[in-house]
Amino acid sequence: MIPTPDLSHLTRADYDHVYEPAEDTFVLLDALEEDAQSLRTIQPRICLEIGSGSGCVSAFLGAILGSSSALYLCTDINSRATRCTFLTGQQNKVSLNPINASLAQPLVKRLANSVDILLFNPPYVPTYEEEAIDAQHGADLSGSWAGGSDGMRVTDILLGQVGNLLSPKGHFYLVAVKQNNIPEIQRLMQSEHGLRSQIVLQRRAGREHLFVLKFTR
Amino acid sequence: MVRLITHNLLACHVKGCTSNNFPLKLQDVQIALREAEFNEDFLRGFIPRLEWGALVQAAREVGDDSLPAEVPEMLDDEFLKQLHHVLLEIHIDEGSMVCPNCKHVYPISSGIPNMLLAEHEIG
Repeated sequence: MIPTPDLSHLTRADYDHVYEPAEDTFVLLDALEEDAQSLRTIQPRICLEIGSGSGCVSAFLGAILGSSSALYLCTDINSRATRCTFLTGQQNKVSLNPINASLAQPLVKRLANSVDILLFNPPYVPTYEEEAIDAQHGADLSGSWAGGSDGMRVTDILLGQVGNLLSPKGHFYLVAVKQNNIPEIQRLMQSEHGLRSQIVLQRRAGREHLFVLKFTR
Repeated sequence: MVRLITHNLLACHVKGCTSNNFPLKLQDVQIALREAEFNEDFLRGFIPRLEWGALVQAAREVGDDSLPAEVPEMLDDEFLKQLHHVLLEIHIDEGSMVCPNCKHVYPISSGIPNMLLAEHEIG
């Protein structure tokens, strides 16, 4: 049993601007914990979390693999979130390396076929398109959940880059909800990018039917 | 925190800036040295992922010229310890990273690099 990362250093004021871990976060932690043994077996060197927010998920991954065993890169478009990620790393004695950036943009050139573990809990909530666009521009709390008409506006951009980023042994974990059309995501990733996938966990939490998908080469 | 291991993975991504956009030149840096746990397996596994020339250059820009120009054939203890120090213990807390091609400046503040671009700069 791997304990949930200590987030006691974060305050209400942080959560006014940065997503507070909730059921969708915990479903991803549970999926990673179930896969802990196989994740250690591939001896990951480069882990990348997109939209790290509080830093909870990467700190948890660091607890699974060991702080000195891998490089933990964490991007977020929200500068307050990168600060929280930094502090959560310190609090949990995992060296997290936050980068204020959109998706993997500044890393794409150097991380081609190099990312061993890629994590993304995206803004998946279906909203009006404009709401999702404004939320990304605003780089604040709503950017962590507003996902456009099918909740896929931001996710789709990353999905187009995953095939380039993943190492030959790489694992990509994605959080999604039913409205995102899971079978269609799986079909597209196979046909367009040659990535196999499976649903590793699903859970109903209130109104949301949450899924964790895992993609491999 | 920006350490040279992270710097070695960042490239300029301004629209149209696709060549000579790496490595970013470190400027006006404030450095702190913080001890990190030594992990030989990690270092050996990471060496193939490094752009060695870029690492040597960046180390010099922050005042460390201890690394050899090429990766030695024999990865002995002394070399791995030195590499560990350069990659993982030198922290750039403040400063900037400048694209050698388009001269875009990416600031580093409180140990976090700001790689965001304005709308018209995004490819």
